[in-house]
Amino acid sequence: MLKNMLKATVFATTMALAAGAFLAPAFAEVVYNRGTAAESESVDPHKTSTVYEANILRDLYQGLVMQDQNANLIPGAAESWTVSDDGTVYTFKLRKDGQWSDGSPVTAEDFVFAFRRLEDPATGAEYASMLYPVKGAEDVNTKKGKPEDMGVKAVDANTLEVTLKAPTPYFLEMLTHQATYPVNKASMDKLGADWIKPGNLVSNGAYTLAEWVPNDHMKLVKNPKFWDAASVKIDTVNYIPTEDRSSAMKRFEAGELDSYDDLPTEQLADLKTKFGDQIRVGPYLGTYYYAIKTDKAPWDNVELRNAISMAIDRDFLAEKVWQNSMLPGYSMVPPGIAGYTPAVAKYADMSQIDREDAAKKILEKLGYTPEKPLKMEIRYNTSENHKNTAVAIQEQLKPLGIEVTMVNTDTKTHYSFLEQKGDYDVARAAWIADYKDPETFLGISRKASGNNYSNYNSPQYEAAMDKAAAAGGKPEERMKDLADAERILVDDVGNIPLLYFSYKDIVSPKLQGFVDNVMDVHPSRFISKE
Amino acid sequence: MLRYVFRRLLTAIPTLFVIVTTAFFLIRVAPGGPFNQERGLSPEIKANLDAQFGLGDPLWLQYVHYLGNLLRGNFGPSYNMPDFTVGELFAKGLPISVQLGASALILALLLGSVLGTIAALNQNKLADYSVIALATAGSTIPTFVIAPVIQLLFGLTWKLLPIGGWGDGALINKIGPVLTLALPQIAIVARLMRGSMIESLRSHHIRTARALGLSDWSVVVKHALRGAILPIVSFTGPAAAALLTGSVIVETIFSIPGVGRHFVVAALNRDYTLVMGTVVVIALFTIIFNLIVDLMYAVVDPRVRYD
Repeated sequence: MLKNMLKATVFATTMALAAGAFLAPAFAEVVYNRGTAAESESVDPHKTSTVYEANILRDLYQGLVMQDQNANLIPGAAESWTVSDDGTVYTFKLRKDGQWSDGSPVTAEDFVFAFRRLEDPATGAEYASMLYPVKGAEDVNTKKGKPEDMGVKAVDANTLEVTLKAPTPYFLEMLTHQATYPVNKASMDKLGADWIKPGNLVSNGAYTLAEWVPNDHMKLVKNPKFWDAASVKIDTVNYIPTEDRSSAMKRFEAGELDSYDDLPTEQLADLKTKFGDQIRVGPYLGTYYYAIKTDKAPWDNVELRNAISMAIDRDFLAEKVWQNSMLPGYSMVPPGIAGYTPAVAKYADMSQIDREDAAKKILEKLGYTPEKPLKMEIRYNTSENHKNTAVAIQEQLKPLGIEVTMVNTDTKTHYSFLEQKGDYDVARAAWIADYKDPETFLGISRKASGNNYSNYNSPQYEAAMDKAAAAGGKPEERMKDLADAERILVDDVGNIPLLYFSYKDIVSPKLQGFVDNVMDVHPSRFISKE
Repeated sequence: MLRYVFRRLLTAIPTLFVIVTTAFFLIRVAPGGPFNQERGLSPEIKANLDAQFGLGDPLWLQYVHYLGNLLRGNFGPSYNMPDFTVGELFAKGLPISVQLGASALILALLLGSVLGTIAALNQNKLADYSVIALATAGSTIPTFVIAPVIQLLFGLTWKLLPIGGWGDGALINKIGPVLTLALPQIAIVARLMRGSMIESLRSHHIRTARALGLSDWSVVVKHALRGAILPIVSFTGPAAAALLTGSVIVETIFSIPGVGRHFVVAALNRDYTLVMGTVVVIALFTIIFNLIVDLMYAVVDPRVRYD
């Protein structure tokens, strides 16, 4: 008897193995091991803040509009939309075949719920401001208004009407941000706090969340209910956080990762030799700048600020410190936004030697020489490259009569000091675009912005920005107005822009559809793997 | 003996209380909070976040709430990973760190003791010098050098091991991290063992044993070892507490999802609840392993009694 059972087992196992081997090629699962430099914070769109979640949430959810492999705006859960003549009412037609991963339809009501939830103070959404252009949204978020009064209305199951406070030409671009994605109310009501757990999470994107082991991997599997599931080529995407950039390069080389979204900049030259065109470096919408206290003597002197800005050799910073993983920057808005020409500093086309001479003259006029130097403190947050940047600037300014001292603190200390308007001279900061519009870069220098670390306060700039906002309905005129505003900001040296960011990816030749773009956006649904 | 254990555990309660209290207020002294970052938040949005996590309350009230929750075994939510509670993060990470740490510790104790004994028995000979050289190398080369070298040799050149990742706990994924964790410990144990073994071999009772004509094996293993092992036992307590709670360097380089990384990352992120959770876990491990060590003394050394 026992012998028979044993035989049967052996036979069954053999058959199963044979069948498996036979069937495997036909149903080979396509797995994309996608390396990321940091772990995500949350898969709740209303609780995220980093670009690391942005990639994952773009795979899990569909907002009204989405981005394609070129970071261009495409229809998402909405298949079409119309905008009223005055630019304040957006009417979205949701696609009829839009479904949640549990099979229920995605309705206009879902977006009403999600938009209200994002603004609800109890949610504590860091990116609640993404919907501030919507009428009444800011009031809800700041406890001045009721959610019912927000300008979002489900006209019928497939029609969503959004009313804005004022015409906002970049509103559609803002809607590509993950904070505006919908969440599934039914599963929240049913499961309470557990709705977010892998296996429970109901989403409406190309993938669903199967597993999440923090700091190890997040497994996304293809969502058969996704409206365009037929064109999704990759069955499983494993997001693999690998914080150590050097280890990540080895994991890529060993085939453990198919792509990775950062590079160890100090090894960039070697990596380019070794991996050739698998290394992708190109312009990314981000600006690395120094905030300078414009309301504190002696930095309140425009001439002095201009001299300092002029004397900094940005080519050296980009090439030597950042190994060409950054580009020299002379404007707050980086190049790459269609229809917009950044206002670069006037000395940008001078040679570095001429700039230094000009700076020296100004400084001498103001009474600063190497013998009688001006003391300047640069604050930066912990990072080898931030340190090297500050050290290089220290060396560059020394012969001109500026004695730089440096204060290094950890990131939290740094930004809390800046936020509390501590007593600093110059502080490192950076800005990465939330959406493709100059507004995202220029808004941070407005008087009232929490990110105005230079305490820049210029009535001309405020007026120019208001004029651009008023030109909302006319995109071309608005872009011109914004460039005029940036001209004021840059000539005033409201900040010292230093470098433009680059995206830095390493991508296996096995992957197709991983297209370089200024937002470094690469939705898995457009990627395929050999 | 049982009364002793009970008494020790009782005294652990005030110790833990002091540690928790100190840590709670100390981390709040550090500038910045969990929501300070490159993108500054408007005061209203920050107030919403603070309210959600009770950070708007006076500090003493937050402390009372925290203690109350802690007594019920609730470590609270993680600020920077709101999808998980601190308890859940530990439930996932701690078993992984413990597995790696325990394997490294056992390896270090076995290999280190054997190497140390061999060195002691061959004092000032080639074998001794080799062990000393190895031990010096092991304790001076930092783990952040050992780990990438292991990755490079075993992973990329010989393709024997994966470069990183936990691989759902596959044996092959554990070899690199365990070796990296164990190497410095092997060095320490070997040096400790060598020293105490030389001392033990010179003691009166060993001379007596030799005079009685006992075999070398019997002298070393049955008599000398018992006295020589005491320093190793005292070393094991703190070493176990440190190894079992994970290593930030090894976990970062090998991409291991243990709890070692939380210790550093949580502090840098001002993830207050996660910092407190790690403090409590380390404190508990330290207290328990020190107790175990003291009990081990009684087992190993006949002169020690807890009555």
